[in-house]
Amino acid sequence: METLFFAIITLVAIVSAILVISCKNPINSALSLVMTFFCLATYYVMLDAPFMAAVQVMVYAGAIMVLIVFTIMLLNIRVDATKKHTHKVVLGSIIGFFTLINTVFLLLKGHVAVPTGPYSGEMIKQLGHTELIGKEMFTNFLLPFEITSILLLVAIVGAVILAKKKL
Amino acid sequence: MENLNSYLIVSAILFSIGTIGVLTRKNAIVIFLSIELIQNAVNLTFVAFSRHLGNLDGQVFVFFVMTVAAAEAAVGLALMIAFYNNKESIDVDDVNLMKW
Repeated sequence: METLFFAIITLVAIVSAILVISCKNPINSALSLVMTFFCLATYYVMLDAPFMAAVQVMVYAGAIMVLIVFTIMLLNIRVDATKKHTHKVVLGSIIGFFTLINTVFLLLKGHVAVPTGPYSGEMIKQLGHTELIGKEMFTNFLLPFEITSILLLVAIVGAVILAKKKL
Repeated sequence: MENLNSYLIVSAILFSIGTIGVLTRKNAIVIFLSIELIQNAVNLTFVAFSRHLGNLDGQVFVFFVMTVAAAEAAVGLALMIAFYNNKESIDVDDVNLMKW
């Protein structure tokens, strides 16, 4: 049952990912990307990471995609189908295909390490995923967490300065 | 829970589709969306390995990747708006001011 569910989600994720790169209109691409994000959130739930799924839907599908869709609508780009660049499509597809072959070959040849960490599936279900993530983030990863706030400040200032017409 | 390899192969497929999008499209916004797709493929790898190894470090890393993606979206879209104000286009072929 879960294998069938996994197959359906995989199909939806790959079809919507192909739609992202093949749609003429950027709005359609953005909406297909939201569909892919929801499929990834489903994967996170299947991987016993419900908090990551919630963050994926809220931050990625909610905040970041709304920002992108707003920008697309603000720029109001006309769909231009007159220009064709077939040589570049062929070359890019070949490179992408070789990337896929390379990664799948490595995956099939490699040996996965045995589980070493303390967090088993039962423990995550018992204690709660959010609590464990919070403990990890505010103890071992406290310094990167604080540095992240500086990164966001830089992004805010940079976005305002870049989007201004005159300083 | 499926085994680890199926998640990794899905992630590899999504990564390759994103790569093709970056290499073939001319519209800067679609290239940006493809980069988001690549980042999400990597996030899926992080979470799958984190679950497999029983170690939550990978999932904390996904948080930082999401933060960087948010910052990148803000600055990248501001750059696109600034470029559109100058050139009336967001075709990446028109970004040739510093070429040669």
